[in-house]
Amino acid sequence: MELSGAEILVHCLKDEGVEYLFGYPGGAVLHIYDALYNQEEVKHILVRHEQAATHAADGYARATGNPGVVLVTSGPGATNAVTGIATAYMDSIPMVVITGQVATANIGSDAFQEVDSVGITRPCVKHNFLVKDINDLAETIKKAFYVATTGRPGPVVVDVPKDITDPNIKIPYVYPQSVQMRSYQPVTKGHPGQIKRAVELMLSAKKPMIYTGGGVVLGNAAEPLRKFVSTLGYPVTSTLMGLGSIPWDDQQFLGMLGMHGTYEANMAMHDCDVLIAIGARFDDRVTGKIAEFCPHAKIVHIDIDPSSISKTISVDVPIVGNVADVLNDMNQLLSASKTKPDQTALTDWWNIINGWRAKKCMSYDRNSDQIKPQAVVEMVHEITNGDAYVTSDVGQHQMWAAQYYGFSKPNRWINSGGLGTMGFGLPAAMGVQLAFPEETVICITGEGSIQMCIQELSTCLQYGLPVKIVALNNRYLGMVRQWQEFFYQNRYSHSYMESLPDFVKLAESYGHVGIRIERVEDLRPKLEEAFAMKDRLVFLDIVTDQTENVYPMIAQGKAHNEMHMSPYCDLPQDPERELS
Amino acid sequence: MRHIISILIENEAGALSRVAGLFSARGYNIESLTVAPTEDASLSRMTIVTTGTDRIIEQITKQLNKLVDVVKLMELSEGPHIEREMMLIKVKAATMDQRDDVKRLSDIFRGHIIDVTASTYTIELTGAGSKLDSFIEALSEHKILETVRSGVSGIARGEKCLQLN
Repeated sequence: MELSGAEILVHCLKDEGVEYLFGYPGGAVLHIYDALYNQEEVKHILVRHEQAATHAADGYARATGNPGVVLVTSGPGATNAVTGIATAYMDSIPMVVITGQVATANIGSDAFQEVDSVGITRPCVKHNFLVKDINDLAETIKKAFYVATTGRPGPVVVDVPKDITDPNIKIPYVYPQSVQMRSYQPVTKGHPGQIKRAVELMLSAKKPMIYTGGGVVLGNAAEPLRKFVSTLGYPVTSTLMGLGSIPWDDQQFLGMLGMHGTYEANMAMHDCDVLIAIGARFDDRVTGKIAEFCPHAKIVHIDIDPSSISKTISVDVPIVGNVADVLNDMNQLLSASKTKPDQTALTDWWNIINGWRAKKCMSYDRNSDQIKPQAVVEMVHEITNGDAYVTSDVGQHQMWAAQYYGFSKPNRWINSGGLGTMGFGLPAAMGVQLAFPEETVICITGEGSIQMCIQELSTCLQYGLPVKIVALNNRYLGMVRQWQEFFYQNRYSHSYMESLPDFVKLAESYGHVGIRIERVEDLRPKLEEAFAMKDRLVFLDIVTDQTENVYPMIAQGKAHNEMHMSPYCDLPQDPERELS
Repeated sequence: MRHIISILIENEAGALSRVAGLFSARGYNIESLTVAPTEDASLSRMTIVTTGTDRIIEQITKQLNKLVDVVKLMELSEGPHIEREMMLIKVKAATMDQRDDVKRLSDIFRGHIIDVTASTYTIELTGAGSKLDSFIEALSEHKILETVRSGVSGIARGEKCLQLN
């Protein structure tokens, strides 16, 4: 079969089983767009901005586990995509981004819409390629998918100059069955000796703690993790990225840890004697002050990426491997082991933890005459039976969504954890909704974030995506305002927007339903009304308490046992007072 | 503190900038970096001299290994090894005294005078970086017009090799 470069590219995507291609046409990719015409296997989704194409592909990837695929043109198409590529890179999301490039002969001549895409994306991709010969095209695409989806996943960019896709130059097409790269051989199985050492250390613990992260979700390891956790009977916490791996209401689950983690999770981290880190990378939002991180603990760390191990925190038993495989190996060792966890010590440890739990750190004012953002999220959980796919943007609403939605399954909580990209939520929700047309997909956002990719309301109309947008509208860039309140003596520098659009009319002008909720008593009926509209996108503009803060909070550079607490829980509010 | 890392890397456009970019993005030091193709034209060999605590060096080697183009890596300074650097140095040598003294110093350091004019000598000198430093110091009485150094290349002693399996 003789095909042009453009046709080869489209055939590669088909052969790779690509369902959706998120993109935006332009000069350098016109040949490819022509090859996409009149074929139905690869469904192209036309976004309104290239950033949204990458976020949508990213959301699709996070929800399905399959790589997200993007096609954008050269120059501004590629630079617009960079934010989404960096977002995926920070959270290790498998993605293949095809960028058009000016013709090979024009590269380096400052041609129209030319930018060094390979150079610009180099620091925020797992790998990137420039295709210089049509004969390398199919193999390069195969390599791109292989690299993106194996080992620690990540985005891969393939830059394709326009002459490579010339419809007049045809070559025989064969899609490689597999690909070998001598320079890239990711490890999967963990070292048996290390696994044995880790299990021995775990079983010797008096105050154990399990700390899980996004690697569990990415590595499809929730099932072996649940078995591991219940076999040991140890307390478990999760990072923002790992939520859902352990059900939120599991008795052993202490909630999220870190900057906005629960009191019990952070205190247990601080006091534990053995820490088992699984697919988590000791991010600064998790560790707080490095020098006082888990000061009493021996640490086991399971991660597929050797460079994650001992990067910020030195560990005692490193295990490099696929999280699911390592956990399966550990589960086998545990069931065969004659040594069992020290039940007496464990009972004492749980008593301490339950004391912390009893402080009810997640309390907030439930009798307020203003709508509390936490109450909105809890109610959304209730109405959707806690079973929706929830995307978010970045800021206070993101933390409230993480804290109060209550996830029971992995891959349901979709947010930009590493890069913290405002504008992620709506396009990501489009990707999720396309993947799961029958499921409820919610974008919990704020009036600040939603405006960063609001144009995608138009894409949602075009493809009939009934996303439910829950905008917690506090007329502030809430997280910025909170930091200004805590650390800048209430100097609210540019964290207030005085000219917000009428979101209801805005939604309507895009052909969707808009609902504003201003009164506490309207919250439930209007949320119910919105979620009952299964086939419509509904924009819920919810006017919430302007002054609400996210609690608990560990200030940057503070330790896990130094938290600001909600005034409504049974703990002193200020960490300084608590310590003195 | 000072470490020499040798890597075999795919000989492809952009490979060098991946390594250089990694060092600048993560704030690692590069004292010198040399790169050239090997006997196998598809592979380049790179020698990087860097400084840092053991912890940083461990991260550097892990991050380098993580680059998809890096085929193999060896930390040369972990074991017995040979390092060599080449320097070309142009010195003012106008009077008989200057010419005699520069020639004498060059001989002591086993350098070769490879270019001569009425007023200059150009010397080629090979050795470990510290030897080149000493030579420059020894020439302090003289007017150095130009120096160019290749950066360090290194190889492990004995049977140990950095090669494909």
